[in-house]
Amino acid sequence: MEKLIGEFSLGLFFWQSLIFIGLFLLLKKFAWTPILDAVNERETIIKDALASAEAARNEMESLQSDNKRILKEARAEKEALLKEARATRSELINMAKEEAKVEAQKILEQAQKVIQNEKQAALNELRDQVGSIAMDIAGKVLHKELESNEKQLQLVEQLLKEINLK
Amino acid sequence: MPTSLNNFYHIFTLTIALFSAPLSLTAKESETPVDLKTEIKEYISHHLKDAYDFSLFSYSNDQGKHIYVGIPLPVILWDNGFHFFSSTKLNHGQDVVPSGDYYYKLEHSKIYRTDAAGTIDYDKSHHPTNLIPLDFSITKAVVSMLLIAFLMFFLFKGLAKSYSVNSRLPEGVGRFFEPIVLYIRDDIARPNIGEKKYRNYMGFLLTVFFFIWFLNMLGLTPLGVNVTGNIAVTFGLSMLTFLITNLTGTKDYWLHIFDPLGASMKWYAKIPLYIILIPIEVLGIFIKPFSLLIRLYANMQAGHIVLMSLIGLMFIFKSWLGSPLSFGLAFAISIIELLVALLQAYIFTMLSALYFGFAAEEH
Repeated sequence: MEKLIGEFSLGLFFWQSLIFIGLFLLLKKFAWTPILDAVNERETIIKDALASAEAARNEMESLQSDNKRILKEARAEKEALLKEARATRSELINMAKEEAKVEAQKILEQAQKVIQNEKQAALNELRDQVGSIAMDIAGKVLHKELESNEKQLQLVEQLLKEINLK
Repeated sequence: MPTSLNNFYHIFTLTIALFSAPLSLTAKESETPVDLKTEIKEYISHHLKDAYDFSLFSYSNDQGKHIYVGIPLPVILWDNGFHFFSSTKLNHGQDVVPSGDYYYKLEHSKIYRTDAAGTIDYDKSHHPTNLIPLDFSITKAVVSMLLIAFLMFFLFKGLAKSYSVNSRLPEGVGRFFEPIVLYIRDDIARPNIGEKKYRNYMGFLLTVFFFIWFLNMLGLTPLGVNVTGNIAVTFGLSMLTFLITNLTGTKDYWLHIFDPLGASMKWYAKIPLYIILIPIEVLGIFIKPFSLLIRLYANMQAGHIVLMSLIGLMFIFKSWLGSPLSFGLAFAISIIELLVALLQAYIFTMLSALYFGFAAEEH
């Protein structure tokens, strides 16, 4: 200990303190503060860049999922539309079929009616013609056989009743 | 000093020439009348101390006279007024320097006030009893520190400047030093002091780390300056740690010293404990920086002693077997000293940060 104290030089201590404190103050002003500031700033920039890259990636991911969702929705809509169209088509077809059937029925009925009428008319005409022909024939026949008109008519009426065309 | 030792110094200066040295030495060894071991011992102890001139090497000329080659430095003394003269006048302790009304002489690396004849009186234990003037000389250690201070200033100013020029990236040698700066911030200051206050202490921690490291490294160069192995220097450094710790101490820091048990006990129960505890805590305030100063001083001093002793062994062995062996050892120790230089700087910074952490602590 005595040796240590003997070795201690006040002058050296004085200069050492002076140089060190001077160096400390100079370096603090011109080196450490700018260095630490620059490093901090750099670290903040890196951190921000990383964060924004992360955010961009998240955004892209959400965009992608959005796209997927939209696509899915569109597909579903298309499907629904198609289904609807198909349903409409078959409905239309059914409706047309029904209508056609009704129409056909109507036409058929009308045709039957016309046919009936025509038949009736034809029958009536035929009946008249057959009647007149028969009358002619009968007249001619009866002209010979029957002298009186009354007898002739009586016979015709009777005959007509027998010939029932149906 | 005899020839062998001058060679010794020469070799220490030019460490590269170590292998060839023992050969030239053995030839001259027979001429030396003084005991070699004592000389080496004295030489080492001389080297460990500060010097008044920056000597590079010395040799003996044909007449056997010592010629010292080095840079003279100014000697500044305060002895009832300033005395200012060049260190060449001291002539390595051989001449008496008249300055003002007094005479001064260098004896065992210290300047004493003497009479005109330069007599130095000794007491029983062989200590000079002459008056020692207040010494503010620009010694070898001061010059080394100035050198390192300039180096550091330009180095780190350059690093700071490169950030603005080179878009926040270091350039050149700064690429090597930036990770160290960041290491001190992230692994020394932040964990020990805390995120909130570490920034206030960064300036001191960085300065002290690089200052000690560079000076330690300078001590390993053939210039052989032993600045950090000087008690006044380590005292100055740890003094600053002491001052910063206690001047920035929070209420909690002082409470921890004067009321370490806090509210965990009744006041009357604490009294007998505190009679012992408080003195220990108060002593701790001083012991902490004291351990810093002794650790750095002793480590650097020991490193230099071991290294120089191993080199000195070469001159004692004087053989083809022993000298390369001690060279190998000296080489290995030099490598270890490189590590120690860094390690001691790290430990000093680390412990300073730890003490600042205590001071800045808030519950």
